[in-house]
Amino acid sequence: MNFFRKQLDKFKPHFDKGGKFEKYAPAFNGIDTFLFVPNHTTKHGAHIRDGVDLKRVMITVVIALLPALIFGMWNVGYMNMGDGHTFMDYFIFGAIRFLPMIIVSYGVGLGIEFAYAVFRGHDVNEGYLVTGLLIPMIMPIDFPLWMLAISVIFAVIVGKEAFGGTGMNILNPALVARAFALFSYAPFMSGNTVWVADSVADGVSGETVLGSLAAGTEVQYSTFDMFMGYIPGSVGETSVLMILIGAALLLFAGIASWRIMLSCLIGASLMGLLFNAIGSETNELLNFPWWQHLIAGGFAFGLVFMATDPVSAAQTTKGKWIYGFLIGIFAILIRVVNPTLPEGMMMAILLLNVFAPTIDHYVVESNVKRRKKRLQKVSA
Amino acid sequence: MSTDIKFKKGLSIKLKGVAAKDVSTANRSKIFAINPSDFHGLQPKLSVKEGDKVNVGDPVFYAKNNDQIKFVSPVSGTINEIVRGAKRRLLSIKISADQKDTFVDFGSKTPMKLAAPQVKEALLESGCWPMIRQRPYDVIADPNDTPKSIFISAYATAPLAASYEVILEGKEKEFQAGIDALSKLTEGKVHLSVGTSDSFLGQVNNAVVSKVSGKHPAGNVGVQIARLDPINAGDRVWVVNPQDVASIGSMFLSGKYDAKRIIALTGSQVEGPQYYEITQGAQIADLVAGKLKSGKSRIISGNPLTGFAVSSEDSIGFYDNQISVIPEGDHYEFFGWVPFIGNHKFSMSRTFFSWLSPNKEYDLDTNLNGEERAFVVTGEMERVFPMDIYPMQLLKATMIQDIEKMENLGIYEVAPEDFALIDFVSTSKIEAQQIIREGLDLMIKEVG
Repeated sequence: MNFFRKQLDKFKPHFDKGGKFEKYAPAFNGIDTFLFVPNHTTKHGAHIRDGVDLKRVMITVVIALLPALIFGMWNVGYMNMGDGHTFMDYFIFGAIRFLPMIIVSYGVGLGIEFAYAVFRGHDVNEGYLVTGLLIPMIMPIDFPLWMLAISVIFAVIVGKEAFGGTGMNILNPALVARAFALFSYAPFMSGNTVWVADSVADGVSGETVLGSLAAGTEVQYSTFDMFMGYIPGSVGETSVLMILIGAALLLFAGIASWRIMLSCLIGASLMGLLFNAIGSETNELLNFPWWQHLIAGGFAFGLVFMATDPVSAAQTTKGKWIYGFLIGIFAILIRVVNPTLPEGMMMAILLLNVFAPTIDHYVVESNVKRRKKRLQKVSA
Repeated sequence: MSTDIKFKKGLSIKLKGVAAKDVSTANRSKIFAINPSDFHGLQPKLSVKEGDKVNVGDPVFYAKNNDQIKFVSPVSGTINEIVRGAKRRLLSIKISADQKDTFVDFGSKTPMKLAAPQVKEALLESGCWPMIRQRPYDVIADPNDTPKSIFISAYATAPLAASYEVILEGKEKEFQAGIDALSKLTEGKVHLSVGTSDSFLGQVNNAVVSKVSGKHPAGNVGVQIARLDPINAGDRVWVVNPQDVASIGSMFLSGKYDAKRIIALTGSQVEGPQYYEITQGAQIADLVAGKLKSGKSRIISGNPLTGFAVSSEDSIGFYDNQISVIPEGDHYEFFGWVPFIGNHKFSMSRTFFSWLSPNKEYDLDTNLNGEERAFVVTGEMERVFPMDIYPMQLLKATMIQDIEKMENLGIYEVAPEDFALIDFVSTSKIEAQQIIREGLDLMIKEVG
């Protein structure tokens, strides 16, 4: 590592002020600070600082995504090949199909991030470390790579950089990518042919649980399958068990908001219970047991990794309760009553992303009002 | 009667190098300095020139906007040097001290027998006035105001903080006299907060004693004010350090300006950290000589969260009762961001294993541990900020200088030190104290 440090120090002067490549300093620093936590010391304020930084937070989220990612890759192979193969067969098949998606997502996304950093002369932010992994994990495995690349470009430029970059975006960039893909390339994003690799060629049924319900056909999978993840779906969302392991890690590390997760679960459960109570002879989704809603489709993945995105979520403590609760309500509502979108989690989160600043506004206003009342009491 | 106030939010940072409870007398410095920069926002006007003789209590400079507020010499001697910076800004007045002090006699008085104007007069005349600071804005109090209450916090929770039980030992009479004097200045109450009601501090008269408990910043006077008597627009609340209360009392009892201070020399870079008796304005070099461990270190006047970096040629800050010396963090760390490894760094998040050993004392250096970023992670500020204020929203309003929003969100209640823990925990490495200080300065200019 001393070798690396020496090499970096050798090149550094060229990127410093007055150096040959001064303009490209953000790109160089991006790589430098990825390899080494920099030697920056405190100048103002507190002289000592917490060991945590944004890189560490983002990498922790990436680690929390790994169980679902690894399982998802295995499942890609399992869904395509059926029983009777070894673990490695499935995993290698999945990896061959999925790794290119990760490479395209990171390659295109980070490319834009670095270009923006150089163009605007600011540091490369870490936000895309997580977004870049989330995007392929919520796309169908058969999604063409060039469409993925365009979705990433749209998400990073319109979803994030247009608002000022990491920390400023209103919508969750990964969901922006998915929404863009859904509206632009609908045939590649829904239906029963996209969620299992080469499902048309192999004649495997690729119906997802929610898709079957929406179509009024019988669900072919047991609750156990749904929980473990032996079902078709995007790589990230299939295994609730693996998502829960990631959730445990995030909650333990104190990174994701437990308030959002809990209130979202409560909201979704209540909504599910309500629909179960109403019941229906024509819409199977109304009869789908409320607790199975929580393990079906992208609900768990959205709950753990998307709704809790601190930038696009509500930022006040009270606001987080309201925000999560409403996501839960809307996710189930959209699922059940909207026949064209059997998966409601993405839409619910995007909708509440838009309302999060309003929720925060009213929470903060109530604090301001309380403060003003106190003033009147004193001056009266 | 004492009331109990408990704070649940906050974060106590345990550092290596807590001062042992021994008090030694430090060698007397040859040069003493008094620095106008210790008093935020002050425009000083000199009343001496190089070569002048001064006694303890002779004014050296005063406030330009209010010449009643005097700053006096802590020692007797000769004005040695007047240090000026850019645009002739007055940086420091250095006094070469005599072997033995001679004092200006202000006449001993019993504070309880005086009326408010007489107490004020005595404080202004003797140079004790700068010890009284006001909230909002965290600046020297305006003698023309009458505060709605006066707060003294004798409960120290900052990392490596000096204990007031040690500092005030044997100064019971002076402390009581100081409280008596201050109680004349307000129509409201004098609030004294203590960590334990066992010591003499809990038994004083003419003050409301509150027993405070909780993690840092429970000892910050700002959070205690917010709990007991919150500040609204137009209010004035005064605050005084306990040691300065004793010093004020001593001035009334003896008629002399008392510049003796007990300070704690602390930090992991100090060999045998303990308490020392010094005189205000003493050079830090004389105090730390031969007591520092090898390696690059940073000397801080005050505690590591709110103090100012100083060099050994500087003197101890007027309001500080602590010198902290910690290692300078000028180093790279290969893949230092990999989570869940090591417990050598302290973190409120559990991305280190340091949470497994809550009582471990840490040897933290001055490394930023990352780079400054936009606000991303939410909720962490709120965990260490025990006021009914939204700290992130207030910081954002302050950054965009939205005065109305700043007022609404509670800028009058806060001082930079209340945001020190936010500096510390912030994942995005926000300079919260600096933002708040600039915000308060803006408010002084625009609202006053």
